[in-house]
Amino acid sequence: MNAVVTASGLSKRYKNTLALDNVSFQIPPGRIVGLIGPNGAGKTTALKAILGLTDFQGQLNVLGLDPRSQRDKLMEEVCFIADVAVLPRWIRVREAIDFVANIHPRFNRAKCEAFLARTKLTPDQRVKQMSKGMIVQLHLALVMAIDAKLLVLDEPTLGLDILYRKQFYQNLLEDYFDENKTIIVTTHQVEEIEHILTDLMFIRDGKIVLNTDMEAMGERFAEVLVNGDMAATARQLKPLDERQVFGKSIFLFDGVDQAQLKALGEIRRPSVSDLFVATMKGTYA
Amino acid sequence: MNTLYWLVKREFWEHRGGFIWAPVITGIVFLLLNVMGIITGEVLGFRHGINIGGMNHQDIATALASLDAHQTEKVGQALDLAMLSSSFLISVVFAFVVFFYCLGSLYDDRRDRSMLFWKSLPIADSSTVLSKVIAAVLIAPIIVVICGVLTGIAMLLLFTITLSFHGVSMWTLLTLAHPFQVMSFLIGSIPVYLLWALPTVGWLMLCSAWAKSKPFLWAVVIPVAIGVVISWFNLLGSADLRSGWYWSHIAGRVLLSVFPGGWLHDTAARQLGENPDNIGHLAELSSSYAALATPDIWIGAVAGIAMLAGAVWFRRWRDDS
Repeated sequence: MNAVVTASGLSKRYKNTLALDNVSFQIPPGRIVGLIGPNGAGKTTALKAILGLTDFQGQLNVLGLDPRSQRDKLMEEVCFIADVAVLPRWIRVREAIDFVANIHPRFNRAKCEAFLARTKLTPDQRVKQMSKGMIVQLHLALVMAIDAKLLVLDEPTLGLDILYRKQFYQNLLEDYFDENKTIIVTTHQVEEIEHILTDLMFIRDGKIVLNTDMEAMGERFAEVLVNGDMAATARQLKPLDERQVFGKSIFLFDGVDQAQLKALGEIRRPSVSDLFVATMKGTYA
Repeated sequence: MNTLYWLVKREFWEHRGGFIWAPVITGIVFLLLNVMGIITGEVLGFRHGINIGGMNHQDIATALASLDAHQTEKVGQALDLAMLSSSFLISVVFAFVVFFYCLGSLYDDRRDRSMLFWKSLPIADSSTVLSKVIAAVLIAPIIVVICGVLTGIAMLLLFTITLSFHGVSMWTLLTLAHPFQVMSFLIGSIPVYLLWALPTVGWLMLCSAWAKSKPFLWAVVIPVAIGVVISWFNLLGSADLRSGWYWSHIAGRVLLSVFPGGWLHDTAARQLGENPDNIGHLAELSSSYAALATPDIWIGAVAGIAMLAGAVWFRRWRDDS
């Protein structure tokens, strides 16, 4: 099957910073891709390029369309939630549903109302009377009722409490995602999405520094719990990172033979956040 | 077509207060003020025996009966103007509403980032801009005309009923007035207004789509600053720049053309110059449509459309969210 997004040589320069530096990647359908990077790394710029919200250099193909020249058509197949609380403050729940239902050819009104029935939102409620969490519930209900091929989420749960955050991703997985859909998500709350991701992309200073699916990541990276007496040996294998816990050292290795590591101590699969921190070391220095 | 309908509807959801309630409330306030004025007049007249125009009020009826044909025509025209006066007040309020609506139309949703929601839907930017133009210079004026006509009729009835207490037959007065002519003038002027307002709407929406902040300041400062520079050169006598022409044909047109009736300015000046008695004929559709024969309104409309095209471009590519 064709890739949903194909980028080659993607660059974007703002006045004096290079937000994207000759980036190339492919996203196949049926994946949930986490685009993860420190602040100002170029995540949002990459998403904006995919959504046709900004101009750029290089080649970019989204669902067979060029987001620069065919944006209106593209948006029938692509949905996005850019940041929390971008719904207009004056709109009522009823008006938002009416509007999207009449504008979007792939919107399923019944589905949207079914989602909303599970929340406390009422048809006459205005967005300005809602909490941040409720706004996201409304936005998610609107978006999930649209049968789109690609869903882009840019920090969709920023500032929400843990109940809303968990519910958000649970709804996405249970009621929305299937093998025909693709989700690209950026967030700083890596721990919360790590178990739903199928692919991982780390971005730093406009470059993609890691692009892997989760299985390959488990094979390539390993975290080893090493006793103090073996620490020197472990260091010779050039670990990415080292930290101390209860008198033991935890080393993070990239591409070292698993058999070799077993001799050092207990092997674990590293968490995405530990891997992220190790990869991004020195970003803000 | 369906998309455009819902886009315009959205504008009215958002701006219900300015587009619907502002003219309705202005009309009601106008009527209330008139009722208060009439009551004051009646009460004072009754208490102090003040006479209108040196006549005892019973004499008004007799005086009216003795008017010749030319004078009765004047009475009718005065009643027409009374009917129009309500529309005038509502139009002024409406012009302010449209001015600030246009300034905010492509800026407010960038500022509060809700543009990101609208842009997540399959809507062409040209449709978005077009829907806002339609709301501002077509649908909103229709509402204003409806409010103006209803208030005008109420005004007319108010005056005739008051005078009927003084022995003047209501029907005599009503037949002197030309309410249908006034109505056709107001309704027929809507297309002229649309063309006339385009340069201002275009300029304000261009600023609204382009400005990073403070669109009001940009929209006003740019034309005024240019005008000041031209006037300054004029003052020095160094250049043959006609500052008066600039102020009325450029600065005035990009800032003030949302005020209805501006197109009457030239025709009115000519008519009144010929014969001051013509004031009653101003409210005839022909004087409105006479403006269509001048190149001014058409050049302005073309410039307005060009600026709207610029606004569409900025709406598509302005990247500051």
